[in-house]
Amino acid sequence: MTNDQGHLMIKTALHAGRIMIENGSEVARVSDTISRIAANAGYPDSKVYVTITGIMMSVSGEENAQIEPVVSRSIDLEKITLVNDLSRHFAEHKITLAQFEERLTDLDQHSRYFPFWLQLVSAGLVSGTLEVVFRHNYPDFLVTCIIGLIGWWIFYVLNRLAKIRFLSEFLASAVIGVLALLAVKYHLGTNADDIIIGCVMPLVPGVPLTNAVRDILAGDLVSGIARGMEALMSAIAIGSGIAMILQAV
Amino acid sequence: MLKLFADLVLTYIGTVTFGILLNVPRRALNLGGWIGTLSFLAYRLCMMANMGIAVANLLGALIIGILSMQAARYKRMPVINFNIPALVPFVPGGQAYQMIKNFALGNVSEAISFLLQVAIIAGSIAFGFLLAEMINRMQAKLMVMFSSRWSHENRNNPRL
Repeated sequence: MTNDQGHLMIKTALHAGRIMIENGSEVARVSDTISRIAANAGYPDSKVYVTITGIMMSVSGEENAQIEPVVSRSIDLEKITLVNDLSRHFAEHKITLAQFEERLTDLDQHSRYFPFWLQLVSAGLVSGTLEVVFRHNYPDFLVTCIIGLIGWWIFYVLNRLAKIRFLSEFLASAVIGVLALLAVKYHLGTNADDIIIGCVMPLVPGVPLTNAVRDILAGDLVSGIARGMEALMSAIAIGSGIAMILQAV
Repeated sequence: MLKLFADLVLTYIGTVTFGILLNVPRRALNLGGWIGTLSFLAYRLCMMANMGIAVANLLGALIIGILSMQAARYKRMPVINFNIPALVPFVPGGQAYQMIKNFALGNVSEAISFLLQVAIIAGSIAFGFLLAEMINRMQAKLMVMFSSRWSHENRNNPRL
């Protein structure tokens, strides 16, 4: 009987950990959450090893360790927050372990994103506002908003189709470069440099970069370097997309 | 003065909308925007006082780190909901773009000078976060020592 409880605990803890890593949490938070779940379920001396591509966990006194691979990675901070809330509720005995597992499955299947039009408008506003903040170029605000919106739209659609983040970033930034140069050529904008700087801002790999620094500082060197590589690849993809267009003109 | 005010309003909008792109929960968006605006104000004041980009970015990142942790404790949410959107106005986008452009056009020496600027800014931000982390841990230790509610809530925390 205790064995069943232990299996359910490991399953739930690994499930929670996988959801958190898949959606862009740092490694220290994941191992902290998993050990808390284990401690609150009555196994204070569990061992857990978390990396960005997989989680291993064992309970002292039991024979086998369990492995949970993490295959896909995206960014959804709301899911991390919800797993965090569920873990808190479990610690306060508001939900049982079985309910916890049930809600995790539910959470995993239904993602609650902002509506697509709001994401598009946000991408446009990020581009426009940051272009003005960085470059103080007020006349190009509107055209930057529009090109940033189109760039994000292309990135989003390609990411859905191809599921290769670097490729989508490369193509989206290339399109942004072409549109910015065209806008200046047809006198819709005044400075192509400023427009491009604003428009690539929604594509900036903010989450992998911040997490890379946090992971390395926390001592999770393997995951930190892997995340740093991810961020660097994104930056190179964006940069080479722009560089290709600038060289071609 | 008016320009600074306009920049702050735009920073707030930019921070909140970047949060929407990352699917930050609705109840964290507003606070994240305020943290971004406040830290950017500190950054701009440092730049006006001619303290150099390194100090300005370090101070900005330090303020983001400290305020984000306070917000995370207040709202009981993971801290990345606040510090990632707030960091967006500090991204060295302009310098990174100039670096790429100069490399693409073959002006290698200019490109390397921009690369160094990007490295300086990134390093300052990382150390600002490190300092903030240190201050947050010290604060947590002090609070556990002096407040019974804190010591009760953190009795199982292995990091303290």
